[in-house]
Amino acid sequence: MKPAPFAYAKARSLEHAIELLGRHEGRARMLAGGQSLIATLNMRLDAPSLLVDINGIAGLDAIAQRNGQVEIGALTRHVAAERSDVIAAQVPLMAKAMPHIGHPAIRNRGTIGGSIAFADPAAELPACLVALDGEVDIVGPGGRRTVKAGEFFKDLFETALGPQDVLTTIRVPASAPSRRVGFAEFSRRHGDYAMIGLAASATAKGSELADVRLAFFGVGATPVRARRAEAALAAGGVDEAVAALGKDLTPSDDLQATGATKKHLAGVLLRRVAAELMERPT
Amino acid sequence: MSDRTIDIAVTVNGEEVREAVEARKTLVDFLREDLGLTGSHVGCEHGVCGACTVRVDGVIVRGCLMLAAQCDGARVETIEGVSDAGDIADLQEAFHKRNALQCGFCTPGMLLTAQELLQRGGVPSRETIRHYLSGNYCRCTGYQAIVDAVEAVAEARGTK
Repeated sequence: MKPAPFAYAKARSLEHAIELLGRHEGRARMLAGGQSLIATLNMRLDAPSLLVDINGIAGLDAIAQRNGQVEIGALTRHVAAERSDVIAAQVPLMAKAMPHIGHPAIRNRGTIGGSIAFADPAAELPACLVALDGEVDIVGPGGRRTVKAGEFFKDLFETALGPQDVLTTIRVPASAPSRRVGFAEFSRRHGDYAMIGLAASATAKGSELADVRLAFFGVGATPVRARRAEAALAAGGVDEAVAALGKDLTPSDDLQATGATKKHLAGVLLRRVAAELMERPT
Repeated sequence: MSDRTIDIAVTVNGEEVREAVEARKTLVDFLREDLGLTGSHVGCEHGVCGACTVRVDGVIVRGCLMLAAQCDGARVETIEGVSDAGDIADLQEAFHKRNALQCGFCTPGMLLTAQELLQRGGVPSRETIRHYLSGNYCRCTGYQAIVDAVEAVAEARGTK
């Protein structure tokens, strides 16, 4: 339970980080909050030759509202997001999800960018990003680019990030009066990775919902959109939406629960979240 | 600069420490093995149990999920320092009085975590206390006595 030996370097700037990451032929890893990475190293699930510590790079931890969007610096600690007035008012879905992420000591260190970049299939923030139709900014050897959430999460722990890419910013639409969000998850112990969870957003049109986005986590390799259920919910049928999950989701058995249990729990979560989405904000 | 051994200057419980540490050494191993501060315990070593909880720059962290090399320039406080400072004497007394520990393995982490919650002020609900302590495993007490102790201290501090 001790990491295999590695070298350690502090990146002074994004350019320096990219250069350092390029030195070890794909065997360098980026260290942000380290709350997943160091656990992985302790268990020797990975044995990189170099850790590139980006914690000293200035300007990557701001939360700002700009042009109807909220930009969150990748190095923003979970605790900072949890306490941010901007997040509370403008990104209520993330505000709801935040207390479920790890435990206080983990949230003091863990970063928003780290959670997204690590892309654990049972993690909350990747699903939130998908539910909000957000995007991320990435800087790499080829320059800067922006990737939509839907194209970012590729497969199990696999994202659009290349070995020398640094995720710098998370961008989500700021809340609007007609926007509704919902969040719920089941975990064995509060703060642990979810057995299954659901992050959702929708636009209220009178008593109807439109643009429903249901992003389940803990049911596949990446956050999974339940598209048939989304359509059913937009048509006003909660029962129909729950029934549609049978085709939308194909969770496998894992250490936490069987696929059949997860399917059942998905329906329970959907009923709870649907009630949140349909509730008029007070 | 990239190396497997890193020079660090870190303040531990108020004292400046300069050491060359292996890059792969976790903070809790550094505190225990190099500095002899064995009050922070090593349990699961992957962030689940909370026995290694210490403070870095004023906030609690997992000592097993941070490298000693990352602590260059940081202020680290362990249960030894916080205990000696007398800041948690009332909490320790309450744990003792209410049998909120048996083997004591989780206690240093439990105390530091509870203290961070209590420092926010007010009297948290039992549910809030349970949520805040959710990252600290105790295999002896069943938690009830721990929640009792934290709640009692919150109430006592509030009336001071």
